[in-house]
Amino acid sequence: MPLYHDDDQAMLADTAAQFMGEEGAIAKQLRHWRDKGCKDGFGHALWKQMAEMGFTGILVPEADGGLGMGHVEAGIVLEEIGRNLTPSPFLTSSVMAATALGQGGDDLRARYLPGLLAGDSVFAVAIDEGAKHNPDRIACKAEKSGNGFRLNGKKDFVVQGASADMIVVAARTSGSETDAEGITLFAVPRDAAGMGHNSVRLVDSSMASHITFENVELDGDAVIGEVDGGRAVLNRVLDAGRVGAAAEGVGVARGSMDMTVDYLKQRKQFGKLIGEFQALQHRAAHLYSEVEIARAAVIKAQQLLDAGAENASLMASVAKAKAGKAAGLAVKEGVQMHGGIGMTDEYDIGLYMKRDRALAEFMGDVYYHAGRVAEMSGY
Amino acid sequence: MSDLDQFRSETRAWLEANCPPEMREPVRDDADVYWGGRKATFKNDAQKAWFEACRDKGYTVPAWPTEYGGAGLSPAEAKVLREEMSRINARSPLSSFGIWMLGPALLQFGTEQQKLKYLNEIARGEIRWCQGYSEPGSGSDLVSLQTYGEDKGDHWIVNGQKIWTSYADKADWIFCLVRTDKNDKYRGITFMLFDMETPGVSTKPILLISGNSPFCETFFDDVEVPKQYGDGIPAQVGEVNRGWDVAKYLLGHEREMISGADGGDRTAAIGATLTRAAGAPLDPVLRAELAMFDVDALAYAAMGEKFLDEVKVGKAHPAQPNMMKYAGTELNKRRHELIMAAGGSAALEWDSSESSEGAKPRAWLRTKANSIEGGTSEVMLNVIAKRILELPGA
Ligand SMILES: Cc1cc2nc3c(=O)[nH]c(=O)nc-3n(C[C@H](O)[C@H](O)[C@H](O)COP(=O)(O)OP(=O)(O)OC[C@H]3O[C@@H](n4cnc5c(N)ncnc54)[C@H](O)[C@@H]3O)c2cc1C
Ligand SMILES: Cc1cc2nc3c(=O)[nH]c(=O)nc-3n(C[C@H](O)[C@H](O)[C@H](O)COP(=O)(O)OP(=O)(O)OC[C@H]3O[C@@H](n4cnc5c(N)ncnc54)[C@H](O)[C@@H]3O)c2cc1C
Repeated sequence: MPLYHDDDQAMLADTAAQFMGEEGAIAKQLRHWRDKGCKDGFGHALWKQMAEMGFTGILVPEADGGLGMGHVEAGIVLEEIGRNLTPSPFLTSSVMAATALGQGGDDLRARYLPGLLAGDSVFAVAIDEGAKHNPDRIACKAEKSGNGFRLNGKKDFVVQGASADMIVVAARTSGSETDAEGITLFAVPRDAAGMGHNSVRLVDSSMASHITFENVELDGDAVIGEVDGGRAVLNRVLDAGRVGAAAEGVGVARGSMDMTVDYLKQRKQFGKLIGEFQALQHRAAHLYSEVEIARAAVIKAQQLLDAGAENASLMASVAKAKAGKAAGLAVKEGVQMHGGIGMTDEYDIGLYMKRDRALAEFMGDVYYHAGRVAEMSGY
Repeated sequence: MSDLDQFRSETRAWLEANCPPEMREPVRDDADVYWGGRKATFKNDAQKAWFEACRDKGYTVPAWPTEYGGAGLSPAEAKVLREEMSRINARSPLSSFGIWMLGPALLQFGTEQQKLKYLNEIARGEIRWCQGYSEPGSGSDLVSLQTYGEDKGDHWIVNGQKIWTSYADKADWIFCLVRTDKNDKYRGITFMLFDMETPGVSTKPILLISGNSPFCETFFDDVEVPKQYGDGIPAQVGEVNRGWDVAKYLLGHEREMISGADGGDRTAAIGATLTRAAGAPLDPVLRAELAMFDVDALAYAAMGEKFLDEVKVGKAHPAQPNMMKYAGTELNKRRHELIMAAGGSAALEWDSSESSEGAKPRAWLRTKANSIEGGTSEVMLNVIAKRILELPGA
């Protein structure tokens, strides 16, 4: 398969670019909700509109009422989300939770997918128990209790956690903290008794929750996949999240780069456009090169994931790491090349810097994924 | 089975039958690379057998039309062949500036007779070409070149000097940029083809920091270049005085070639191999550097694949080879810095049987030229700034 968008995908990209550029624009969404101090950090009306566009069910099989598309298509939407810094529960709900539910039984899918497709429901995924991404350590415990389970423990920095109608929780049903096996995934409804939220606003104005579970009773139907066999499902969810976050990262990188290159063509100092200075030209050209390469890595990872290829997970880490590097460079160069105005809240470039910082941590940063590439390669 | 799957299984079988085991070993030194030409010799029977099998099948230039010595493969088939060759680590059967540089320029700008003659010679490895672009006073600023061809009616008399001419002493013919109008900088250059045995052509090898001497100073002393060869084959490609267009087009292909976009050694991850070779765990900070490098290398491999896919359907930005060359060569330099660091003192051995004739330090030093030859990294960044980012005054 060639590594570029086919005609249908190119059409979707146009549609997504237009939609996100108009409806998801910074002034209309990110700034609007931030300045209102919105408790969710995103607008539900936009989520509804995204449902009308079919985006919310992009990865949901046609049999379940979705579009039955792949990670390439989900990534197209995410890149536009990144470019416009559009706050939405798309990545956690339509990419990660949808991937988890895809491995769930008929009852679970029937219970949750219609709400997602309609843009009425928001989902979150709770994996990490600490400030750094570490899916190899899961202590949160689910013990057998009657026909179901009793959940105890905590999860940290669950993005959209407090707004979510359902949270996919990775819990331990056997073994010790760092065992690979013995994990089970649960679909925990928002009204589950014993679940507590401490919601915090992050640097990019997104909302994340520290969640505590105190004797939360779950019935057997809440299990996604097999009891004790959740690692395989979790790995799928993680790969989907990595590649999705990488696509959004490429969008952030491109948005920041485009804005900066435009600025170089407008700002005059020393009687010249600052874009005439070779010191800046070379840095902008290097940035372009890094962003292009990151984009290629992301499309490659998306295609491998869609094909179910053996090396998809390795490439997912390459993509997340490379997108992180490129986006990090794009926002740093962006603020620097804007000079003083780049430091102001009024100007958008700083918002890219903030979003990049949050996205860098989400599902593992450059260091985590470079380390994973080394481990998977055998050193 | 789709046609492409069918082609893949046939290709696999053909490679199995025709690519000798020795030709699946990594290239160790220059003698492992077959360049063809009148003066060529084979290092061993395996090299000869592999070259001849590919030549007869059109696989020295798989995507060229069959009438020009190629196999006429479609872009998708050529990709399959490349993938299958890389799967068994098959060496390239024939390396040549004819394949990488002159050929593409002839396909674009040559007359039918030029194509039939020169492309077939290139495909069959009969004539080895060298590139006469750079001059002592004209490197990055190539268009300022001074080598002059005086119009004498049915021929030119060429005088001047080229420098850094790779393999000029081993080549049979040269494609050469010659000024034919001193009053027009851009429209005063002709892209000439002539035999290196023409009287008045001489070469003087230059020793590189790697200890090898692959390039030369090339002198032209009243060299008579006829305007037509034999049956009306023009000696220049494109029109007289319009050689700069051909030169630039060719540079795009040269940059693509140097970029290593087509994969192989240049884009592979190295951490695991170097750690295994070291025999003991590497310093954790070095391991971290290797991991960061492998991320960049694997991402660049995807970029190479994407770039070639896009080139084939005309989706790539025309200036994209400059980006590929910049990124690919800077990556390759980093690769060899890490190979040296992981190798430690053993990688310093210059003259010993252990080091197979200083392969590591020579290769490391050779890579330093990657970001100079074919246009420097700084020039690539200038071109990206101007043509892709459209920055002012670039
Ligand atoms: C937090 C903060 C506090 C400040 N406090 C004060 C203060 O108290 N008093 C005061 O007077 N000022 C203050 N400043 C202003 C500060 O001195 C200017 O922002 C700074 O001099 C840069 O000018 P500029 O913002 O106009 O950027 P520009 O000059 O427009 O620069 C934009 C970009 O172009 C680059 N550039 C410009 N010229 C060249 C060139 N010739 N070659 C290569 N690159 C070039 C710059 O490096 C930069 O990356 C403050 C700024 C900040 C951010
Ligand atoms: C191994 C090797 C093989 C080669 N083979 C051939 C060959 O077969 N045929 C052939 O014709 N040539 C060949 N070359 C020559 C090569 O193309 C030139 O070396 C190259 O174009 C640079 O020219 P220069 O050496 O004159 O350097 P210069 O142009 O003098 O550059 C010196 C430095 O200045 C920088 N610089 C120059 N202009 C600018 C600018 N505008 N902005 C910013 N920085 C700038 C350069 O990047 C470089 O760092 C070869 C070179 C090498 C190293």
